[in-house]
Amino acid sequence: MKMLRGVIDWLEERTGIESGIKHFLYEDVPASAGWHQVLGSVAMFAFLTQVFTGILLALNYAPTPGEAYNSLRYIVTELTAGQLIRGLHHWGASLMIIVVVLHLMQVLIWGAYKKPREATWMVGCFLLLITLAFGLTGYLLPWDNRAYWGTVVTTQIAALPPVAGPYVLRLLGSDGGSIGAITFARFYAAHVLLLPPLTMLLIAIHVFLVRRHGVTPIPQDADLPKKKFYPEQVFKDTVATFIWFAVLVTMAVAVRVPLGHVADPTDTSYIPRPEWYFLFLFQMLKAFQGPLEIVGAVILPTLAILALFLAPFIDRGTALRVRERTGAIALVVFAIIGWSALTARAIATTPPSTEDPDAGLALVEAWQELPADQLAAIGAFRKDNCGNCHVIGKSGPGPDLTRAASQRPTDWLIQHFKQPAPGIATQLKNPELRGLVSFVTKRTDAGVKAWPSAPQAAVEGAMVYQASQCTACHKLNGVGMETGPPLNGVADHRNREWLEGHFADPQKFSPGSTMPAYKLSSHDLDRLTGYIMQIPK
Amino acid sequence: MESSTRRSFYSAAIAGLGGLMTAALAAPAAAYLLIRPKSQKQSDFVPAADLSQLTVGKPEEVVFRRTRVDGWRVLNEKSTAWVLRKDDQKVIAYAPQCTHLGCAYHWDEKENNFLCPCHTSTFSIDGKVLSGPAPRPLDRFVTKIDQGKILIGTEIQRA
Repeated sequence: MKMLRGVIDWLEERTGIESGIKHFLYEDVPASAGWHQVLGSVAMFAFLTQVFTGILLALNYAPTPGEAYNSLRYIVTELTAGQLIRGLHHWGASLMIIVVVLHLMQVLIWGAYKKPREATWMVGCFLLLITLAFGLTGYLLPWDNRAYWGTVVTTQIAALPPVAGPYVLRLLGSDGGSIGAITFARFYAAHVLLLPPLTMLLIAIHVFLVRRHGVTPIPQDADLPKKKFYPEQVFKDTVATFIWFAVLVTMAVAVRVPLGHVADPTDTSYIPRPEWYFLFLFQMLKAFQGPLEIVGAVILPTLAILALFLAPFIDRGTALRVRERTGAIALVVFAIIGWSALTARAIATTPPSTEDPDAGLALVEAWQELPADQLAAIGAFRKDNCGNCHVIGKSGPGPDLTRAASQRPTDWLIQHFKQPAPGIATQLKNPELRGLVSFVTKRTDAGVKAWPSAPQAAVEGAMVYQASQCTACHKLNGVGMETGPPLNGVADHRNREWLEGHFADPQKFSPGSTMPAYKLSSHDLDRLTGYIMQIPK
Repeated sequence: MESSTRRSFYSAAIAGLGGLMTAALAAPAAAYLLIRPKSQKQSDFVPAADLSQLTVGKPEEVVFRRTRVDGWRVLNEKSTAWVLRKDDQKVIAYAPQCTHLGCAYHWDEKENNFLCPCHTSTFSIDGKVLSGPAPRPLDRFVTKIDQGKILIGTEIQRA
């Protein structure tokens, strides 16, 4: 103990650290200070938690498209506590937004932005915008379909302002509206290099200004003696932080953060949605169409942000008791109702997604274990819109084929597939018809699971695989001959260029091969190669 | 001024709750960084050469391909071993790095020993240290012989 004292004294004499901390802790606070003023401290702790979990994620994360998804999958499926760390970061972001907004509402209701605290307020507004920017840039980083398509919408909105739009788009690395390696690099750099130090700087200024002007008193405080910040208020801040933290840990443990399929720019079925706290903007946009779109997307949000920043200059009245601040309370209540209504409407009008939100969390997905003929049959089913009548998971005009295998005889099925209803003819070829018959009569569990969830690109690849009769020489997922090498796990020792070149000219790549050359269109080649490369060992 | 019991309760609660939160973050962080990834620990033998290709008593550098898991990537890459055929049924496959600081060594035909060019460690044909700073004999891959083929495993044993 004596030695510790000695060390502290030595440090104090050289750095003044002890008196500095004491100066910070023994600040005077007004007698009315209490539970309503804990939110700033909670927000700061929330930020520090995000920094901590963010660094941990970055230690196992490869920030390039494609690799990003694979490394995140590695974090959540292979590493101990990886799922938990990602959960803390993901839910921590959402809870931080909640805390920051509550902090803002408290300041608004208590009128703590009034003279001389205008600068503190405006720095706080900047911090709110930065918190939202963190959410927006972090959303892309898992590089699954949700991330990709959500960001497509975001960048398109950013492109709307006249004149500036194309430049904003270029700044986001999304020239021409597509999202790729440059967009990803920009979002990642902003998320980890630009925003964190900016946040720290602004928090420092914010706290400095709070200290300079002191915690906002209420009119009655004038006659009461002041209190010290430590220990009573620090205790209240700590308890509030602890409650926040307990909620965060509970969510990170109990609610799994989704990871869908890897981003697929050619997927036309994915329904993009922004993160929950941006849903109200998304919903509001629906009300502004055509030339009015810019009003909802740019003008109104800009005016709202401007009004927020200028609040201290709009409301110049003298300080009042909280109960008399009816205007501010009405504004906050109105904002909450409006936000909730728009968000609820956005959720209600979102059609159910066919994509398995946890597809990326399984080590091997159902479709990857399916023989190619079955996956191709799913393709035939989709190609001829069989799902219009045979709705998957529901009974529609036709029976739900995922519930039970079809009992119909083969002849009946073939006829039905050729002409499902009077006056409707399909384009299915003979091998496709036979594949479909076998699929609906002998369906497997993996087939049923893959039916709605298999990514369309892979399904198309399997159709090319079947049409090219690869099965005649190669074995894949237990089906096919073994004249040629088996194809499971081929990606372990061949890259994409090799495979694509090999299809066009097999002898050039493996001398002595008896495989014929395949003249595939570039689309089919892409699908076939992509499909084969995703079949695990 | 508050009573001193109240003040000490506040201080203890601040330290307690703060400590609890720190521990709740530090424990999963330590597990995340220090515990090995779950899968990818199965050992795997790959064919490297035919036994008949090797002369008894003469080490050969054998190049073979093996699949290696590197984080989230599965690599199929070239790998080498110095393989010594002892007799008809026994081979030794030395891992290709010097046991000092991991440089690649080679067989010196003239001197009849392994020489590491970095700090001139030399090893006998049995892998024992003859001279230089190497702290222990050459490491060995586990091997199997199956129908005249030499199979090299992933596991490396220290001699």
